[in-house]
Amino acid sequence: MSDDPLPFTISSFYRFVSEKRLMAAKCNECGTVLLPPKPMCTECLSTNLKWIELEGAGKLLSYTVIHIAPEQFQSLAPYSVGIIELKNGLRLPGMISCVKPEEIRVGMNLKVDYDTSTSSQWPAWPRYFFRPS
Amino acid sequence: MVNKPLVSIVSAGLSKFGRLDGMYCRELFADAAKEAYDRCPNLNPKKDIEALFVGQMGESYEHQGHTGPTLADWAGLLPKPAVRLESACASSGAALRTGIFAILSGMHKVVMVGGVEKMTHRTTSEVTEFLAMASDLPFEQWNGITFPGLYALMATAHMHEYGTTEEQMAKVAVKNHHNGTLNPKAHMQKEITVEKALASKVIAWPLKLYDCSLITDGASCLILSHPDVAKKFTDAPVHVIGSGQASDAIGLYERKDLTTLKAARLAAQEAYKMAGVEPKDLDIAEVHDCFTIAEIMAYEDLGFCGSGKGGNMIDEGITELGGKLPVNPSGGLKAKGHPVGATGTAQAYEIYLQLTGQAEERQVKGADIGLSHNVGGSGATASVHIYRRD
Repeated sequence: MSDDPLPFTISSFYRFVSEKRLMAAKCNECGTVLLPPKPMCTECLSTNLKWIELEGAGKLLSYTVIHIAPEQFQSLAPYSVGIIELKNGLRLPGMISCVKPEEIRVGMNLKVDYDTSTSSQWPAWPRYFFRPS
Repeated sequence: MVNKPLVSIVSAGLSKFGRLDGMYCRELFADAAKEAYDRCPNLNPKKDIEALFVGQMGESYEHQGHTGPTLADWAGLLPKPAVRLESACASSGAALRTGIFAILSGMHKVVMVGGVEKMTHRTTSEVTEFLAMASDLPFEQWNGITFPGLYALMATAHMHEYGTTEEQMAKVAVKNHHNGTLNPKAHMQKEITVEKALASKVIAWPLKLYDCSLITDGASCLILSHPDVAKKFTDAPVHVIGSGQASDAIGLYERKDLTTLKAARLAAQEAYKMAGVEPKDLDIAEVHDCFTIAEIMAYEDLGFCGSGKGGNMIDEGITELGGKLPVNPSGGLKAKGHPVGATGTAQAYEIYLQLTGQAEERQVKGADIGLSHNVGGSGATASVHIYRRD
């Protein structure tokens, strides 16, 4: 068992999601936090990175209710999606569950929750989503 | 002081836009090329055109890749080098820019640039999925966020930040539908009302059917020459005097401001500076109205008005035909149609017609200087070109 961290990839991000953890990469040189994680700091170009755990709570910046969806999501339609701003200013898009579309408001507080079942469809990642906190 | 030309457009062609059953990319492109050849009898296409750069978004629609040489074949240009460029809905804006590079490099004197897409033979659900490929897979597609969904997120933010209304967005659709009725090649040939637009079915709230551009088949092309030889081919070239392009994060969520496309602002700044013109000098613009909110944001990003004032511009009628700055006289993506790869050079085609006085019923009188604004995806690519008549 190596002590090396998981590679700073999106696959690793979703491996953490399967453990119900929201993780980002942080540059040890300039302090930039990368979400999505990237193998190189896109600010200072360093590869000296570490994983940090984020608090899965934030406020809703914007949202929409999708009625016409791609085939794989059509059975869920209409469904709500939005972009949340986490407490450290990072942003994350995702589905908004457990709230009626007409009750969703810009600025409302949401928390990150997890569905760790994996689909057979590539890339077979688990999913995170947002719900009222 | 308007600056000297980068390249000259000596001819241009556009296929009919619409649902063109049985016509696929190669035939659509041949149709556009033929019009460009016929407009320019002094040009010998097989001899004079030295290369082809063509924009196309996806090979999924037709299960056909390697489009560059295929289109060169159908346009009668073999064995000239031909390359396909992909930048989502800004693919042919990128092809135009590449054609400019090819001429400015000194490698070529005359090139064809263009774009094409065949979409209507697929179901709406399939097209929705293919278009979504130009968005971020791991966070946007994976969470069921569609293209209308991304622009809906921008619309919600714009409404929240600036008080922009669904009615103002509907007015963009009404204007562009009207312009489309004056363009025989436009896909949509019917007037609509604000009430009808507001009552249309929801695609991704707050965007409704009439806020969305059309799923369309079509092709477009331009023949570019070095400015020094343009007069050999035509007495009335249109000169490209500014070109700008910029990139942004593919994921909308990675950007600081959801109410503006930073790449479009940067591309516009570069193009204005290169051209030596300011927004107030423009007589006409074709902007990337893939959704009605995108036209409102374009007014702001291109400096036609201040941030948050785009909705007022449509209320005041400034961008209607007959207004101070007509925008999308062709009908835009909204009514002319949006065969995604064809759009960038289709916008340039309209500017070419307008600046050479060939736009018939929708002609903007005395138009000297025009601009086109082509956006890829949710704004990860934007290109802006500025043109003047000879």
